[in-house]
Amino acid sequence: MKSGAFGAWEVALLILLAAVIVLMSSLSPYFLDLYNLIDSTFSFAEKALIALPMALLIIAREIDVSVASIVALSAVVMGVVAESGAGLPILVLVGLFTGTLAGVLNGVIVSALGVHSIVVTIGTLSLYRGIAVSIVGDDAYTSFPDGWSWFGQHYLWGYIPAELLIYIVATVIFGIYLHTTIYGRRIYAIGTNPDVARYTGINVTRYRIWLFALSGLLSGLAAILLTSRLGSVRLNIATGWELQVITMVVLGGVGIAGGTGTIIGVTLAVFLIGFLTFGLSLINVPGLVLNIYIGLMLIGAIAIPHLMGRLRQKMTASRKDA
Amino acid sequence: MRRILQEREAILAFVIALILLGVTLRAPDYLDGSSLGNLLSTWGLLAILVMGQLGVLLTRGIDLSQASVLAFSGMFLAQLSQVMPELPALVFVILAIGMGAVLGILNASLITFAGIPPIIATLGTMTIIRGMIYVLSGGAWISSHEMSEAFKAFPAGANLGIPNLFWVATVAFILFWLLYNHRPAGRDVYAYGSNPDAARNAGISRLKVEFLVYSLSGAAAGLCGYLWAGRFAIAYTQAAEGREFAIIAACVIGGVSITGGRGTVLGAGLGALFIAVVETSLPFLRINPFLQLAVIGAVILIAVAANALTERRPGRQILPREGQS
Amino acid sequence: MLDVERLSKRFGGIQALKDVSFHARSGRVLGLIGENGAGKSTIVKCLTGIHSPTSGSIKVNNTPHQFVGPQDASAAGISAIQQEPSMFDDITVAENIFVGRLPKGQAGRVDWTATRSSAQSVLEQIGSDIAPSTMMKHLSVAERHMVSLAQALSTDAQLIIFDEPTAALSQAEIHHLYGIIDDLKAAGKAIIFISHKFDEIFRICDDYVVLRDGELAGSGLISEVSKDDLIAQMVGRELSEIYPKVEAQIGEEVLRVDRFTHPSEFADIGFAVRRGEILGFYGLVGAGRTELMEGIFGLKPVTDGTVTIKGQPIKITSTQDAMRAGLAYVPEDRQRHGAILPFSIRRNISLPKLQDLARGIFVNRPAESRLVDTFADRVSIRASSWRQKVSELSGGNQQKVVIGKWLATNPDIIILDEPTKGIDVGSKAAVHQAIGDLVKAGLAVVLVSSELEEALGISDRLMVMARGRVVAEYDRADFSSETVVAAAAGGI
Repeated sequence: MKSGAFGAWEVALLILLAAVIVLMSSLSPYFLDLYNLIDSTFSFAEKALIALPMALLIIAREIDVSVASIVALSAVVMGVVAESGAGLPILVLVGLFTGTLAGVLNGVIVSALGVHSIVVTIGTLSLYRGIAVSIVGDDAYTSFPDGWSWFGQHYLWGYIPAELLIYIVATVIFGIYLHTTIYGRRIYAIGTNPDVARYTGINVTRYRIWLFALSGLLSGLAAILLTSRLGSVRLNIATGWELQVITMVVLGGVGIAGGTGTIIGVTLAVFLIGFLTFGLSLINVPGLVLNIYIGLMLIGAIAIPHLMGRLRQKMTASRKDA
Repeated sequence: MRRILQEREAILAFVIALILLGVTLRAPDYLDGSSLGNLLSTWGLLAILVMGQLGVLLTRGIDLSQASVLAFSGMFLAQLSQVMPELPALVFVILAIGMGAVLGILNASLITFAGIPPIIATLGTMTIIRGMIYVLSGGAWISSHEMSEAFKAFPAGANLGIPNLFWVATVAFILFWLLYNHRPAGRDVYAYGSNPDAARNAGISRLKVEFLVYSLSGAAAGLCGYLWAGRFAIAYTQAAEGREFAIIAACVIGGVSITGGRGTVLGAGLGALFIAVVETSLPFLRINPFLQLAVIGAVILIAVAANALTERRPGRQILPREGQS
Repeated sequence: MLDVERLSKRFGGIQALKDVSFHARSGRVLGLIGENGAGKSTIVKCLTGIHSPTSGSIKVNNTPHQFVGPQDASAAGISAIQQEPSMFDDITVAENIFVGRLPKGQAGRVDWTATRSSAQSVLEQIGSDIAPSTMMKHLSVAERHMVSLAQALSTDAQLIIFDEPTAALSQAEIHHLYGIIDDLKAAGKAIIFISHKFDEIFRICDDYVVLRDGELAGSGLISEVSKDDLIAQMVGRELSEIYPKVEAQIGEEVLRVDRFTHPSEFADIGFAVRRGEILGFYGLVGAGRTELMEGIFGLKPVTDGTVTIKGQPIKITSTQDAMRAGLAYVPEDRQRHGAILPFSIRRNISLPKLQDLARGIFVNRPAESRLVDTFADRVSIRASSWRQKVSELSGGNQQKVVIGKWLATNPDIIILDEPTKGIDVGSKAAVHQAIGDLVKAGLAVVLVSSELEEALGISDRLMVMARGRVVAEYDRADFSSETVVAAAAGGI
């Protein structure tokens, strides 16, 4: 609906983010340390990368729950290729290509069958993960080439993780793409009313396949960063990411009904969740308890504006009666 | 439509029979006592969850929180059995169902009162409930020797040589079948899912329908929580994590449409049976057991394609049909 | 039986009904007559509890009622058979008839035997041979009407509203329906019958009420009124006043369609249209006109036929192909297919032109502003600014946004599908004005209209469709309401 980037939702997220920073730095002296904060991005940058195309998909009324499986598939394929002694550039290409291919397949199946993408991607979630685990089995791939650790472990200028930089660059590209190009305009149009988009000469199918491909591509990229950071690939790699990524996107203000949301909102939600996770870990709150807060924020973020709206309606109605 | 559906269920039943036949031909010990029992137990647990999910999908919703509810109920009841070892199994069953229903009502409230789309509401409660298990357990496992005998005996036991899990699921199957085929409340679910606006005009309350299906989904998950913990004699925070998609997959394979209004209890039961057969038979075939996930994924896609192609509408019939004036 | 007194209904700023009073009596058929947008469907929605009136009263058997929901109306004995009945596709006919109030047997179980036999008997009562166990989705439109009627009778409705029931029915089905209505009358039911077809109004109605612009324009006994009187009351002014024919220079042929055929929706359609010409397509609802236009515009696959634009045979398989060939299509359902309601006027108008507005891949905002200024002004949209959301505009202005959006693509041929459906009289004139400007500017216009006066008023030539085929074609000199209506009803 609006793509003019900074609305009430973004303001609310910003306030929440500020509150988290203030609260956490008062709870732990180690929180407000630039080194620590930057290092904390390792725990979410890969998921945040996938949240970018996921935001575009949800804005266009689609969803891709197979992303974590695509990460696993790309990682395993890269692991196999790495075992055969392939060099770094080949490996990167293999990772990106595998992811993109899986994404294109999602898009093609959704378009060809004309069914909701959640059902199709639940199918490919099993399929891709299944292929990945049947290749890797109980083993692990660990023999990556020299220099592979650059993506997930290297610090540029001794300070900025390469991974973080890649994420920031991707965010800027996605932000510009969604909010200033004609393609971004059409994505909003498709998500707000796909029928009008089609009647107006927008090739909805082509956009859908493209967005799924993009989701696959960035999942492949995330797989590169993740394998580089972990140095190994096992069958349970990236499990549960799909729902964490969707949580980032929805908390970022992207409406599940399509047509609304911004990249800035998603970015704020990413850092909100990321810093909250980091801060709570500093004061020894386990990750699973943190989930409670994230779940509450997710529900509250949608429920509170809705209930406020109903309350306002009631109040104006009762004022009329009086 | 009912005929096509029944045909689809017949096709699915036929495919399952073929697989069973193929498996027993290659590995005759598959249908032996213990592994058959394993199949029936696996089916039982999954089928209860799937039949619970059925109603939610019929109303165009989705319940992602079932696996978390399962784990929560398992943990809570296992702890209870530690504290009160003398409690009989029936009490656990009742508590499990009740606790699950309450959590389901929480989902329904978020959806109907707070206006949250089902996928987001249950994604949220999925995360929260999973966190609550940790709070409850402090991250500790409860293993076999810490649970009371009464707690474990029923879910792991058998009657007439057939596992209790199967009997429980069969009772659930009959109850769900009666509800969705013979109770006005169950028929309202179909009407609502088929056309929510027209249903409201016909006096069917959205509130009632959604509270019914989400509390059933929760109750099914709660019950399975006890059965799961008892059967495997373990309760831990991550129990059944990731199972939410297998449940929906079973529904899709069984011909339940996520766009609402279409799907039967029989189809849901068969969808669960299909997954249970695939999961339990692959080891016997000496096929890479890791392939089962891929097989299930491929079958989901085939089922989705079959649904989509048979449901495709060719367009309105405006021209007079052949033979008519 | 039913007394409606000074009924008014406002939607935001629009007065849909104003002080309408009328009565319906048991054993009689009341014809509810008026142009599209005169307020007929608002009355039906007030009577069936879907809308609640702003003021006025509804009395059933002298008891005043305030309907909060449709069940209240149904409990008071009022049922409506909608033009396109909204039913439950995935369940059986029998269950559809009794949905929400299935007969209960022992222990609160649904009594399926009773459901089926009651459904059977109520269907037999109206002479229908639909099997109660059929799935709803397999029924034709006429059969859906029968089920809807069965549903109304099963609630023991005393007042039954038929909303243009014959629009999509064949001649034989229509006669069957007349028989049913006669039976219902004889059984003492009160009936409200909405129709645009005068012959059937005179055939089955006893009384009439005419609405115009939401107000009562006349009422009385059908036996004491002539068709011309009714038309005068409906329209309230001369035809040529509201439908001024714009004389434009007619030029060369730009669009020719031959043997155009779809498997189930239309067959063997051929026509041509020239610059400066308005080619009308008249027919009953469901005659296949919209489907034909969607086929031409690449929205649905056709099995046979050719499209020739400016002498060049063109293959159109997508809307992009159609737009490149110089076609534009203003669809019938403005809110679902025409405009993106939550988008601003500006974003709607620039949407089909984005490719040409791009600087590289970026939206060129100054160029966008110039484009929007030009075309929003050309169709004279009334709005506070081009940033206003289309959802906040009146129906007429929304339609102008859609027309403006398509003009911005600089088409040679523009297809207007029911361009004045559901918009008020003032805006209608403005839309007609805009259509006149189009032909003056040398465009070819294809106009789909179900409103006879509009089709006859502004077309240069008229094609009449029925059941998926062109059944007649007239030049302006030969236009006559009677022959056109007869052709549309399939009487030729």
